[in-house]
Amino acid sequence: MISVQELRKYYQVHKRPPGLKAALRSVFHRALVTVKAVDGITFEIRAGERVGFLGPNGAGKTTTLKVLSGLLHPTSGEVRIDGHVPRRREHAFLKKIMLVTGQKQQLLWDLPPSETFELNRAIYDVPVEEFRRTLAELTELLELGDLVSKPARQLSLGERMRCELAAALIHRPRVLFMDEPTIGLDVSMQAVIRGFIKRYNELTGATILLTSHYMDDVVALCPRVVVIDKGRLSYDGGLDALVRRIRPEKRVVLHLDRAVSAAELAIFGKVVSQDTVEAVLQVPQEKVNETVTRVLATLPVQDLTVENAPLEEVMSELFARSRAAQGAEAQKVEA
Amino acid sequence: MKAYATARALPTLFKVGFAEAVAYRGEFLVWMFSTTMPLIMLALWSAVAREAPIGRFGEKEFVAYFLATFIVRQLTGSWVSWEINYEIRNGTLSLRLLRPIHPMLTFAIQNLAAQPLRLIVALPMAAIWLVAVGTGQFPHGPLAWLAFGLALLGGWLVTYLASFSIGCLAFFMESSIKIMDVWLTLFFVFSGYLMPVELFPPALRNVLDWLPFRYQIGLPVELLTSAHGAAAAAGLIARQWCWAVALFISASWLWRKGLTRFAAYGG
Repeated sequence: MISVQELRKYYQVHKRPPGLKAALRSVFHRALVTVKAVDGITFEIRAGERVGFLGPNGAGKTTTLKVLSGLLHPTSGEVRIDGHVPRRREHAFLKKIMLVTGQKQQLLWDLPPSETFELNRAIYDVPVEEFRRTLAELTELLELGDLVSKPARQLSLGERMRCELAAALIHRPRVLFMDEPTIGLDVSMQAVIRGFIKRYNELTGATILLTSHYMDDVVALCPRVVVIDKGRLSYDGGLDALVRRIRPEKRVVLHLDRAVSAAELAIFGKVVSQDTVEAVLQVPQEKVNETVTRVLATLPVQDLTVENAPLEEVMSELFARSRAAQGAEAQKVEA
Repeated sequence: MKAYATARALPTLFKVGFAEAVAYRGEFLVWMFSTTMPLIMLALWSAVAREAPIGRFGEKEFVAYFLATFIVRQLTGSWVSWEINYEIRNGTLSLRLLRPIHPMLTFAIQNLAAQPLRLIVALPMAAIWLVAVGTGQFPHGPLAWLAFGLALLGGWLVTYLASFSIGCLAFFMESSIKIMDVWLTLFFVFSGYLMPVELFPPALRNVLDWLPFRYQIGLPVELLTSAHGAAAAAGLIARQWCWAVALFISASWLWRKGLTRFAAYGG
């Protein structure tokens, strides 16, 4: 469904130091630097997959999504979405896709969302019956109720995001690009949006490529992740495999009846954190059973759970490693 | 199929465009009042003509000319250049680009959908004209009205497409607003907005015949006040539509070229 081959997107950016002198100099001479937002990434996504597209700020995620949705022309490389070349922005292509961003809205600001729904129905040429059916489904799934008749500017962020999603899905896009769809939302609203995205994918078989800095979104929605950093691909595969590769150790989380010393805990594994009666130990995967048995026999344990390392930590480690690798490569090139 | 689907979407686009124009009614009214310059010019030129006529313009002719200018300005105005410039700079153009309909069309419909509101101002002006100077200068016969209709549509097209082209320059530079300001200055001076084009010295008038400004407002006003015979009107309308075609080509080219440079910052 989505094929990206050696995609590059470079920008020419005007750079100048601060100060009046530099400002005056820039009137006559502008120093342009090339920023490699995306630098040769390749990946494929099958129809119906839900894929998390991850990376730190400035990694090139949003730029890639914009290229995939036809907003930006790539500097080089080949992109195909269901056989279409996005930059041509063919009518049939635009009817198949949608880009939803948590930070920009397509709802008409001073009009109720129902007007935007109607506008999209007309623009996407959705038959009236199908429109009514889809809208009824979306209204139920997203619990829109009478939100659709209030002016968009009077809706809360969460209400607006739900209406944004409904507006984006009126034409039932087969490919959905989502850029931080839960940004700024409270925890319960994040859960609602996540649940909806998963349900939409299961009901329609739409392909979903999603960026998010909330790892809960990724864990709940994305069996597969593609990770980029500084425009380069640093991982493509299953989420579980990523965790196993970066943090093969397990976390044993302990709730104790009484405080114990760090030395007593260190006998069983690396102490990741300790706070009076709570402690987290890191132990190798193959020693989990043995360690748990010994801990239960030795320490005053009230409750014990075995978990993977938090995904945030896994991602930080992955970014640190890929930056180190890119730094070493750059040094090699300079040498 | 694509054109048919677009045609079917037009009524809804107009309906929603009108609803938006009504929602922004405060801003819209302010904009309409900012276009009252012809009424000021009316007072000025009428006072001058009270002493003695200027060319063929006596007091009555000036009243008719500037009331017609006010009406035509209401019906041919376009602010698309500012909208495109704003949407390119803050990236919201992305939202238009995602939709399977050409933004040149959606911007145009937004512009035209506001016409019924503008008529609220234009129609009373027409009534004042009737009371003040009678129907003597109105077009005589259906052909003259048709010519005026064509010139009015052509005037809107030249204004809209020039504004669209200038808006697209924001793809290539940091902002195109200053260029629009220059265009507007030339428009105010040479279009017939502040004084009838025929009052310029003949040499300059000949030059103005080849520039687009007169065709934005001067020509429709001249035809509404029956300033030309059939042959002269046909020639001028032909030139006006040549400008409309040239500006359409320029707007389409700048749009296509500009999109390859669109950075969609923040959008």
